[in-house]
Amino acid sequence: MPDSTLVGLHHEEEHHPELLHHFADAEQQRDASSLGMWVFLATEVMFFGGLFCAYLIYRRWYFGDFAAASKTINMGLGATNTAVLICSSLTVVLAVWAAQTARRTLLIVSLVVTMLLGLAFLGIKGIEYTDKFEEHHVPGASFSFNNVPIPGRPGEYANPRHAQIFFSLYFVMTGLHALHMIIGLGVFTWLLYTAWKGRFTPEWHTPVEIGGLYWHFVDIVWIYLFPLLYLIDRHP
Amino acid sequence: MEIAIPQSPVAERENYLNAKYGVWSWLLTTDHKRIALLYLLSITFFFFIGGFFALLIRLELLTPAGDLVQADTYNKLFTMHGMVMIFFFLIPSIPATLGNFLVPMMIGAKDLAFPRINLLSWYLYIIGGVMMLHCMLTGGVDTGWTFYAPFSTNFTNTKIVEAGLAIFVAGFSSILTGLNFVVTIHRMRCPGMTWSRLPLFIWAHYATSIIQLLGTPVVAVTIVLVAAERALHLGIFDPKLGGDPVLFQHLFWFYSHPAVYIMILPSMGVITEIIACFSRKRIFGYHFVAFSSIAIAVFGFLVWAHHMFVAGISVYSALVFSFLSYAVALPSAIKVFNWTATLYKGSIHYDAPMLYAFGFLGLFTIGGLTGLFLSALGINVHVTDTYFVVAHFHYIMVGGAVMGYLGGMHFWWPKISGRLYPEGWARLAALIVFIGFNLTFFPQFLLGYMGMPRRYYDYSHMPEFQVLNVLSTAGATVLGVGYLLPMVYFLWSMRYGKPASDNPWNAAGLEWKTASPPPTFNFDEEPVVTWEAYNYEELDAPPHTQEVPVAR
Repeated sequence: MPDSTLVGLHHEEEHHPELLHHFADAEQQRDASSLGMWVFLATEVMFFGGLFCAYLIYRRWYFGDFAAASKTINMGLGATNTAVLICSSLTVVLAVWAAQTARRTLLIVSLVVTMLLGLAFLGIKGIEYTDKFEEHHVPGASFSFNNVPIPGRPGEYANPRHAQIFFSLYFVMTGLHALHMIIGLGVFTWLLYTAWKGRFTPEWHTPVEIGGLYWHFVDIVWIYLFPLLYLIDRHP
Repeated sequence: MEIAIPQSPVAERENYLNAKYGVWSWLLTTDHKRIALLYLLSITFFFFIGGFFALLIRLELLTPAGDLVQADTYNKLFTMHGMVMIFFFLIPSIPATLGNFLVPMMIGAKDLAFPRINLLSWYLYIIGGVMMLHCMLTGGVDTGWTFYAPFSTNFTNTKIVEAGLAIFVAGFSSILTGLNFVVTIHRMRCPGMTWSRLPLFIWAHYATSIIQLLGTPVVAVTIVLVAAERALHLGIFDPKLGGDPVLFQHLFWFYSHPAVYIMILPSMGVITEIIACFSRKRIFGYHFVAFSSIAIAVFGFLVWAHHMFVAGISVYSALVFSFLSYAVALPSAIKVFNWTATLYKGSIHYDAPMLYAFGFLGLFTIGGLTGLFLSALGINVHVTDTYFVVAHFHYIMVGGAVMGYLGGMHFWWPKISGRLYPEGWARLAALIVFIGFNLTFFPQFLLGYMGMPRRYYDYSHMPEFQVLNVLSTAGATVLGVGYLLPMVYFLWSMRYGKPASDNPWNAAGLEWKTASPPPTFNFDEEPVVTWEAYNYEELDAPPHTQEVPVAR
């Protein structure tokens, strides 16, 4: 069959510049990339899952102490950050849509706004961390949590050691989340550069899509962290 | 079994080995076959380091008194032996070498879905490995490979954080390999390669990848917590500060039990290929063997607390975990019975890979059945932390996983190198490994049942244990020779071995339908599969009914 061989040879030359050699066509490449990101996010869920599991176990064991410790973190700033992240998810969706429909300016603006919201999140988180540091609520030698009443149980005071476990988990969980945010900002910087160069087209914009998936994941982790750390059994 | 058409000399054909030359063509390659060879070199290096520690352990136990090394050194020896062998040899062994080489070829793809991520995974492995070497050379760790808290977090002054980081990084290399396999198997199969036509090697690797993806991150975050606890004196696992050391064990074993299946499942995949080929039969109960791999991966996540029966968990939860541990034996037994049924009335050839497969069958069965002893609560309490446990898991990990690895290396060596290994030497080596292995580890079952605890460097209060320990040490020497032999003749065959034909075993499977060694993109033309897996009856039928390799 000489004809089919000829077709096979020409096929190689008609590739989209971003289509890698080992994929049959652009659709296969996009499917593979997108599945890869989903599988990676499953891994990430398990990564945070271990921490959520530890947190929930201690939350149940030391309920009162955790409630007392939880009360000292700033719900207003946490809620603001939740709003910031939800807005950033919207701008990510806008960015993906802009890439799909070849709107380069909207794509760049959406990416920039997303990154600004991400930075705002980190800034607010920094304020919260500073507060904790000044209140001596950072676990370690200078940790102090004496005579803090347990909400809803008059006359009882939180055990500082158990409260320290709360803050240990609080810092590990929000710290790892912030680290993911920083990695996300790195990814988005590259997306912005590539978008600036005008390389994203309606045919090829997979990086925007899977970068967006990653961003949404980081948002969703926060959507779970916020009620778990800030809201459970919160009394005025 | 010889193929009818004579092959042209292999050296003249362009293949993945001679396509490019130079160090950078290897260090920057994205070819899954070259990355497999990079992994092969690195894990062999770590295998011999781990083996060196094992040798020192066996030498120390030759006499009842602690005379070769002192207690601290001995603790470090078995810890580093475990860490190196598990995280730097067994976990990457088959998936990262044979799996990397074969998964794309078996499904008719040009490469893994993410070749650059594949290379990244090797670099992560190397970074982790260098950290582990540095940790070893500057003092090592003495907690046992299990890092149990609070000893690891509060008491030992050895290099916990560095070893933990090394394992953390190597863990991500393992995750990336698994991610690549899952996406490749889902998205890169060639036309006609349906799920029920996949070689069972692929099913085994799919199941393995799921465990790598869902288990490894949990141990990663556990290591982060241990490191944070050590560095910042947190109290998450420290009972003095209200933390729970048993929680550490839960999190640790949630990965580390399924990790056993990361080691054994790929080996089962290899054995399935070998048994079908050397019995010249379609594998008996294809779908059962395929789904038993998935079942092992799923059940494997539900049995971890059987490592903790004496750690103070509730007796009711112990009962449940004991029951579930029995349940995981079912899919394993399904595999063993199906392999045996495949052998039944097969036309059996005793080539070296098949000898390893037979060795695997026997040793895995012993390892698996003693696993049932250990799932039984009563016996478990009796033999906890004795040499019975040591013997059991070495039957699975060395008798199972390493036998499968060696069998697979022999089976696919002609494809990898384009050369035939010396069959006589290979059969001899298989025999030496089998004898050496049993001589090393069977006495340990007896020792453990008699009450010899693991991790003791001195048993001078029980001198009657010496005879069995001497047998074990002698066996380890034999086993060492058995492992050195293949390395020597594999290297020898790369230069002096007879050129291999494309399909020296007349085996089914797409990897045999391309050249040996394969071209860079595996196939000259994209294959189209029109036949079922393991169609040995068709292959052995008279030539006029044979399948055409490429149907277009």
